[in-house]
Amino acid sequence: MRNLLLFLLMAALFAAVGFGQSWSLSLAILNLCLISAVMSLGVNIQWGYAGLLNVGIMGFVALGGLAAVLVSMPPVTDAINAGGGGVAISALIMLATFAVMYMANKHFHFFGRKLLVAVIGVAGLMFARHFFGPATDAIESVDPAGTGNLGGLGLPIIVSWVVGGFFAAAAAWAVGKISLGLRSDYLAIATLGISEIIVAVLKYEDWLTRGVKNVSGLPRPVPYEVNLQKETWVIEFAAKHGFTVQEVSSLIVKGSYALLFTIVLLIVLYLSEKALRSPWGRMMRAIRDNEVAAEAMGKDVKGRHLQVFILGSAVIGVAGAMLTTLDGQFTPASYQPLRFTFLIWVMVIVGGSGNNWGAVLGGFVIWFFWIEAEPIGLWLMEFITSGMAEDSALRIHLIKSAAHMRLMTMGLVLLLVLRFTPRGLIPERGYGRR
Amino acid sequence: MELLNPLALLGNFLIIPGLTYGCQLALGALGVTLIYGILRFSNFAHGETMALGTMATLLVTLWLQSAGISLGPLPTALLALPVGIAICIFFTLATDRLVYRFYRRQKSTPVIFLIASLGVMFLYNGLIRFIVGPGDRIFTDGERFIFTAREFKEMTGLREGMAFKTTQGITIVVTIVIVALLFWFLTRTRTGKSMRAYSDNEDLALLSGISPDKVVMVAWILTAVLATIAGTLYGLDKSFKPFTYLQILLPIFAAAIVGGLGSPLGAIAGGFVIAFSEVALTFAYKRVLGYLLPEGQMPEGLVQLLSTDYKFAVSFAILVIVLLVRPTGIFRGQTI
Repeated sequence: MRNLLLFLLMAALFAAVGFGQSWSLSLAILNLCLISAVMSLGVNIQWGYAGLLNVGIMGFVALGGLAAVLVSMPPVTDAINAGGGGVAISALIMLATFAVMYMANKHFHFFGRKLLVAVIGVAGLMFARHFFGPATDAIESVDPAGTGNLGGLGLPIIVSWVVGGFFAAAAAWAVGKISLGLRSDYLAIATLGISEIIVAVLKYEDWLTRGVKNVSGLPRPVPYEVNLQKETWVIEFAAKHGFTVQEVSSLIVKGSYALLFTIVLLIVLYLSEKALRSPWGRMMRAIRDNEVAAEAMGKDVKGRHLQVFILGSAVIGVAGAMLTTLDGQFTPASYQPLRFTFLIWVMVIVGGSGNNWGAVLGGFVIWFFWIEAEPIGLWLMEFITSGMAEDSALRIHLIKSAAHMRLMTMGLVLLLVLRFTPRGLIPERGYGRR
Repeated sequence: MELLNPLALLGNFLIIPGLTYGCQLALGALGVTLIYGILRFSNFAHGETMALGTMATLLVTLWLQSAGISLGPLPTALLALPVGIAICIFFTLATDRLVYRFYRRQKSTPVIFLIASLGVMFLYNGLIRFIVGPGDRIFTDGERFIFTAREFKEMTGLREGMAFKTTQGITIVVTIVIVALLFWFLTRTRTGKSMRAYSDNEDLALLSGISPDKVVMVAWILTAVLATIAGTLYGLDKSFKPFTYLQILLPIFAAAIVGGLGSPLGAIAGGFVIAFSEVALTFAYKRVLGYLLPEGQMPEGLVQLLSTDYKFAVSFAILVIVLLVRPTGIFRGQTI
């Protein structure tokens, strides 16, 4: 009952923005809320089900974005002819190097074999770079102002939502293999590292993603405003209800995005709930609450952890691809840890860790206030400083810094919820935690 | 003489920057390791603690500069440092009182502490941006160089110059002094010994009458001192930008883990391991090889293993290797 009320309250907030500011803004916030909800569902799978701490959400989101580019952009044939072969050769060399390193490590047992493995690795890297450098230079010199990268497969962008999930899952597998089974802190630090590296690669490898030049004009899964504005039914609808044609077309586009995202959210939510209530979900909770006992019962703790970590990351990757689809462009420089990692954590903790509905609500509430904190903060600052002189330095500084208020507010919210209602807005049902 | 020129080249671009960066990382990692040893969690807010202390030092420096006070050839920031440290200590103690003490009483798992430290990180980050804004600030003043590349060339008659910046000299000297003081404190004083006892075996230490509150308080004070000094040295050497302190968190954690979480000696060793691998792997050896190889064998490329864009990939790679090969770190920290 209380949960329903909370969701209704959320709906009322959207309506308030719709009436108070504009419906277009309200829908824009809703779209990002839906994506945030999927992300926090992914984190909830890792943290809420299994107690795994992922501090590299940003990296998995960025991989989803990469998938959107690689799947949907048209291929650049000239670039592929110029350097595709070289890139493929260097990739093969690196693969072979890894294989040789692995074999050497397995096969030899003399003292100092690790050194040999390292030498093989460095030699392979140098050899691969010999092909890689010229190939990427060739790719980047093909129409650098327009493309300068390999392009993509030219498939519908919706496909990338699935591919993004697979990309993120692959990265999660690698990180999990290394750091699971050790202390919980290590996973956190390893994910922090991998996310920084993923974003760095996306930022600097121009041949792949155009780097900081950004990829814009990604194809859309929904119609374009300009085309809608020519449709007779849109014009008639606008005339009948007293809107402008622009407003109606923008609402339709945003609404269709919202519909698509809602479908994804519902699918993920359904599957998560199913999983949580299955024997598998009970096992996960058992492992989370007492690893030693679960292991004694014959559960493969490390294997389950790896599995759940991969699943959660895949969901985050899907959300990342959705986000890039909505933006219509891929901007590697926009991936900031505060926005994409720590804000998602606030969503999960505030919503209620371990409860999928809580994670969804947390995604909605936190994103809503993250956006609305700016006007609210500005208004608050103007109210506080209204007694001061118009040109007082403090007043100007305070109003200028109001935008940074929301970071502080989010930190405060996280700390307060963690301390006073550690179970979140919608607590996990029926199971005592820790 | 062909050996001295490449040596000077290496010194200028590899050894001196590596030493300086290593000192900064070592001081940062010492703070992380201390908190880990005493409170048993990885403090994700450590980067922001560094930024906070640096910000306080920066503001006092600006005030001193506007009042016309300076240290002559040395940067004014050194004069402001004690005030910055005091402010940072105030913040860490207040944070402990308001945030972490509750979970300590509850005997929460380290993961909960970690999440709380994420919240603290957010809070500090917002506070810093609120007060000084997200922009870049340079607060270095005084002499820029102990000796410049040209002076070095004139002094030695070599073709390659080697510059030694004042900030680099200060970083190295200050780090040696601070580390010596820290080890003296930990091994010679009663409080320091009780801290080590507490870190080694909490229950036994409590039974011998060591006050946990005092140990925790001293740990936070030491952390604040180390963080402020590390952050200020880093800020003097580069420039103060709130965002960089979030990025330096990864190398610092890597340094602490490589050395062995909870081991102060390990933190220092780890700092230098990370710093030197980072600098050495991203260094272009072309000119050095040009001196060493016979005439006409000059290599074509830059002979650089990794582009500088990926410097923090190095700390991550080392971290991965350590986790795979020896998860307890070089000095067997208290892990797993």
